[in-house]
Amino acid sequence: MIISVASGKGGTGKTTVSTNMALALGEKLTFLDCDVEEPNGHLFLKPKIEQVERVSIAVPLVDEAKCTFCKKCSDICRFNAIVVVGSSVLVFKDLCHSCGGCMVVCPENAISETGRELGTIEYGHRDAIRFVQGRLRIGEAMSPPMIKKVREATIPGELTIIDAPPGTSCPVIAAMKGTDFVLMVTEPTPFGLHDLKLAVEAVKLLGIPAGLVINRCDIGDRKVYEYAEKQNIPILLEIPFDRKMAEAYSWGQCIVEVMPEWKDKFKGIYRDIELHLEGLKETV
Amino acid sequence: MKIAITAKGTDWTSEVDPRFGRAAYILIVDTDIMDFEVINNSINSNAFKGAGIQAATTVCETGAKVLLTGYCGPKAFEVIKTAGINVVSDIEGRVKDVVDLFISGKLTYTDSANAFAHW
Repeated sequence: MIISVASGKGGTGKTTVSTNMALALGEKLTFLDCDVEEPNGHLFLKPKIEQVERVSIAVPLVDEAKCTFCKKCSDICRFNAIVVVGSSVLVFKDLCHSCGGCMVVCPENAISETGRELGTIEYGHRDAIRFVQGRLRIGEAMSPPMIKKVREATIPGELTIIDAPPGTSCPVIAAMKGTDFVLMVTEPTPFGLHDLKLAVEAVKLLGIPAGLVINRCDIGDRKVYEYAEKQNIPILLEIPFDRKMAEAYSWGQCIVEVMPEWKDKFKGIYRDIELHLEGLKETV
Repeated sequence: MKIAITAKGTDWTSEVDPRFGRAAYILIVDTDIMDFEVINNSINSNAFKGAGIQAATTVCETGAKVLLTGYCGPKAFEVIKTAGINVVSDIEGRVKDVVDLFISGKLTYTDSANAFAHW
């Protein structure tokens, strides 16, 4: 099973929930940090990194000796990443979305592949937890290809927990798409609710069952609860605004390490997700 | 000689549009006959990405030899230079005045972009 932990709003506690869940379960599972622009799961899981891999995506390389400057490549490119100027072809690597269209339409076979470095993927372990994180190269604007590469580390049939980036745009979709369940983390504030609604709409479009964790549940108001009830989204855990938890966080410690009584609660999320998905199967 | 100039409107009294890629209009002025054709750049000005590159390609295709504009980013500048077009940046004022300044030889070509990418 693949569980993605997402939120609309940033800073609601995705990493707190995903790392604590992983530690509480403590069994053989894979933790994927797909927040590749600022991965921070490692600060809490403190894995031993065993392997680092550089990843890149294909961008076009033009052989001007073969090129007839017909402009078919620049016509098909939606991102102006390849342009023909007189008898020169300019490639703007950082705009290329790596669709390969220019190579397909080139009648002279003048375009081959070269690479643009996306960043690095680190592989390691924290006890039985297999840890994988992507780290986007500074200056790289496109994270979805990197997120897809990190997700290739998923082992079919095994439990995978994905720490997704915030927001509701392409990077989040890349992290959630095709997962079995989306665990959304929010806070009961107007901002939390506003962005939760956007996230719920995105998850609905993807057709993935979802549940909610309400972090700092004792601040704000009841509007997130009312919304969840209306939308029929189960609330799987409430985490209070607790000084001890905040201190642990500031030291890079997980809640379940300093407050072991929370282990069962985080384990409970997984159990509830399993039950919820079984329930859905029966109703189908 | 044909020169390209970015403009907020479509006549001689229009203000120069300081933006290149997302300029409202690009006027292609023929200095021999003091007349111009108007390129409506509105589709491009709403482009998601690569507006400068697209505008530069458009200018290259007009046969203009010089581009007068406010700010020109690195990608557009590369396209323009590859086509052998000279650039005068930091231009402001009304189109007619700027064209007159150019004709009287008071403008100097720049040798680099004067704005960052995604500016």
